[in-house]
Amino acid sequence: MRCDQVADLLPGIVDGHARAEREVTAHVDSCLRCQAELVQYRKLLKALRHLRTDVLEPAPGTLTAILANLEAAGERGAMRSLLAGRRGAYLGGIAVATAAAGAAGAMVLANRGRRRMRLAG
Amino acid sequence: MVEELAGLVTAAKAGDQAAFEELVKATYADAYTLAFRLTGNEEDARDVVQEAYLRAFRGLKRFRGEARFTTWLYRITANCATTHLKKRQRDRHDVLDSDAGLFDFRPESDPEERLGGADDRRVLHAALQSLSPEMRAVVVLRDVYDLPHEAIAAELGISEGAAKVRLHRARKKLRERLFPLRNEVRDEETARAV
Repeated sequence: MRCDQVADLLPGIVDGHARAEREVTAHVDSCLRCQAELVQYRKLLKALRHLRTDVLEPAPGTLTAILANLEAAGERGAMRSLLAGRRGAYLGGIAVATAAAGAAGAMVLANRGRRRMRLAG
Repeated sequence: MVEELAGLVTAAKAGDQAAFEELVKATYADAYTLAFRLTGNEEDARDVVQEAYLRAFRGLKRFRGEARFTTWLYRITANCATTHLKKRQRDRHDVLDSDAGLFDFRPESDPEERLGGADDRRVLHAALQSLSPEMRAVVVLRDVYDLPHEAIAAELGISEGAAKVRLHRARKKLRERLFPLRNEVRDEETARAV
């Protein structure tokens, strides 16, 4: 195997996602350049993993800004649901009024009909 | 800590706003750190982390608890950072890319020794910032935060294959940047041998 073929496999071998085939291992065992690259990848990935526990101190005011943003969003949400509720009540009112008007109209028509029948009789 | 967060998540999902605030207090430094690593500056990190908590708040009911809350939050933060960086269309890596190298090569400042020993944050941070935002996102999420390839691909809006290719390129670039002198010597040796 050539160094450039092995070089592509080294990071995967280091992070455990690729298995080192026998011919790759044989090449690395006999190649100082690839051995050095393997060590460099090991150190790089170890250093990157260590960054995980390295928590930065957020800029002052970050927490306040996050909470204020959430509060504003919460208020907007509450306002929306309030408006949605009012809209529902408004639409419901219109529906009830329409139904009542319809019923009243039907009663008037029915009464007129009855009166006409009595006059005819 | 994990159980504590799980309890807060349950309470927050039930509508307890104070519990969500406690969740924010317990995790915001971590989320900010990730946002900073992805964006490379404080201002963008602050914007990203605010947006991330807003999305987390709105989507909390959809969080089923299969993963840890922090992992879920990392995914949201990564997604927000990608969107934010696309919007800003800033390319901060150009300046650093033009640098020949980031280190001096006195024996006492040998980067290989430093990375293996004192874990020099500044050096590694500079090397990470030298990557394009796309490459940086993949290597940070995979090698620092241990997110699976599938999750990284989903949050960055790319295929899993593309995420793996980016990761490979990013690691190679980082290695070349952190150990440039040795690689140059080796390349010269190879050229001479051919």
